[in-house]
Amino acid sequence: MIAVDLRHERGEFRLTAAFASKARILALHGPSGAGKSTLAHLIAGLLKPTQGRIAAGGATLADTSCGLFMPPEKRRIGLVFQDALLFPHLSVRKNLAFGRFFTPSSERRVPFEAVVETLGIGHLLDRRPATLSGGEKQRAGLARALLCSPRLLVMDEPMAALDFARRQEIMGLIERLRDEFAIPILVVSHSADEIMRLADEVIVLDRGRVLAQGLPAETLAIAGRSMEGGRFSIVSAITARGAFDARYGVTKLAHPAGEIVIAAKIGAGDQQVRVLVKATDIALAKTRPTDTSVRTILAATIAALDLDAGPLAFVTLELLGGERIMSAVTRLAIDELGLAVGSPVFALVKSVALDERGM
Amino acid sequence: MLHLSPQEITAIGLSLKVACVATLASLPLAVFVAYALARWRFPGHGALNAAVHLPLVAPPVVTGFALLLLFGRHGPIGAFLAENLGLVFAFRWTGAALAAAIMSFPLMIRPIRLSFESVDPRLALAARSLGANPLWTFVLVTLPLSAQGLIVGTILGFAKALGEFGATITFVSNIPGETQTVPSAIYSLIQTPDGDAAALRLTLIAAVIAVAALAVSEVLQRRALNGGASG
Repeated sequence: MIAVDLRHERGEFRLTAAFASKARILALHGPSGAGKSTLAHLIAGLLKPTQGRIAAGGATLADTSCGLFMPPEKRRIGLVFQDALLFPHLSVRKNLAFGRFFTPSSERRVPFEAVVETLGIGHLLDRRPATLSGGEKQRAGLARALLCSPRLLVMDEPMAALDFARRQEIMGLIERLRDEFAIPILVVSHSADEIMRLADEVIVLDRGRVLAQGLPAETLAIAGRSMEGGRFSIVSAITARGAFDARYGVTKLAHPAGEIVIAAKIGAGDQQVRVLVKATDIALAKTRPTDTSVRTILAATIAALDLDAGPLAFVTLELLGGERIMSAVTRLAIDELGLAVGSPVFALVKSVALDERGM
Repeated sequence: MLHLSPQEITAIGLSLKVACVATLASLPLAVFVAYALARWRFPGHGALNAAVHLPLVAPPVVTGFALLLLFGRHGPIGAFLAENLGLVFAFRWTGAALAAAIMSFPLMIRPIRLSFESVDPRLALAARSLGANPLWTFVLVTLPLSAQGLIVGTILGFAKALGEFGATITFVSNIPGETQTVPSAIYSLIQTPDGDAAALRLTLIAAVIAVAALAVSEVLQRRALNGGASG
């Protein structure tokens, strides 16, 4: 669906990227200044690559070797911006009609009513963008990009300006767009949990080059070790079934490695749920602690240890039942506890650190 | 009091004609130059900016003299236009319009350029990604979002064109019925014994026209603002 092999130079900044992906939702991840937005703009045609080739949705969009540069208006790449960028002088309805007007009728595959219905913006059509809330603007922005029947939707930090609840809502909508309209999506995100929830594949950029590409959990873990501050974007998923305890307002998930307590109601009934846990939220203990406030204590063995001369150690834990999660601790702790590959340990996760949404 | 002589009526009519033609003819060029100065970086950017603003800072008589040299009957541009297009500026009302247009150009450009600069350039990028080519993007996004500056620039230009005196009288003189606009007529009346009352009449009329132009611009601006809030 997308293939990129290019070099882009602008002043001091230099971006080199080569990758191909067939993912339905591909994420671009990395710290600020890594080149994520630049790459998104190159794909959309808002920037010209110094050298190289870009192809998406079966069409070559740019190829410097034969002097091809398709202008953005010919590419049919739907762009969604962080702040939606609706046209302030037009009503929401006219904003939505804008891209559609320029799409040749033979290419109009996305029906207006279906988009308005899916994104729940029917009641906003006659409003002005200035009167919409952040979440409403972003839904209208998604609709506008979608209605030009793009070969690819490119979303540049679409949720960065939204609060937690709105982000959940927009993520749900992006999943529905993927399923209902079958348009591949490239999403630029610096948030590990957005990527874990949405993406089939992730490309990690750092200082203008591709650091890693692959399945989200593994790739974020690999990239997290070599990137400054990357440990905060290492996230693992645990799958389990659970029941709500109304007395304390918590959900208790039964997992072979131990009970997982979540400070919210998630899932319905006995539904299987996926819980995300950050590597920085997991502590390790050699024996099962009995006098701690931590409610989630999981039995595991150390499957791999990744450490160098630096202060950090990245521990891959194999939970009873076979699932693997990552923990980030200090090298000092590993040495003082005498931990090694094969050591049995208990992984301690604070309940309140666990994300409460059902995935 | 408002008992106008035929010469005064002619001067008022001529002034309005000269100001309207000067404003309407230079507006498209002003929009283009303002856009170029606001959005494009090119060699000669500073030189163009300086050239456009020159009539604002140079003494009007200098601009008028330069026009006379260039667009006079024997001037390089004047001779060429007269021969090939039959367009004569020297000592004609068209010359008055040209002088007015050049003198009001910097005043027109400024608000238009400022409003182009205040439009988020990423809105244009959004329009491009939605399939609009650069011209459509300009017409559907950048121009409507700059409506306020366009209105202010047009009215300022019109008012300046209406009042232009120095460059006009230097370039096309002060010929009643051909190049004698209201300011030139007032000037002539002041030079005439007993002309003070007539000069005062014309001065009041000039003030009324200027205030009316201002009122029109207020109404248009308000309409543009309301358009931006509801329809």
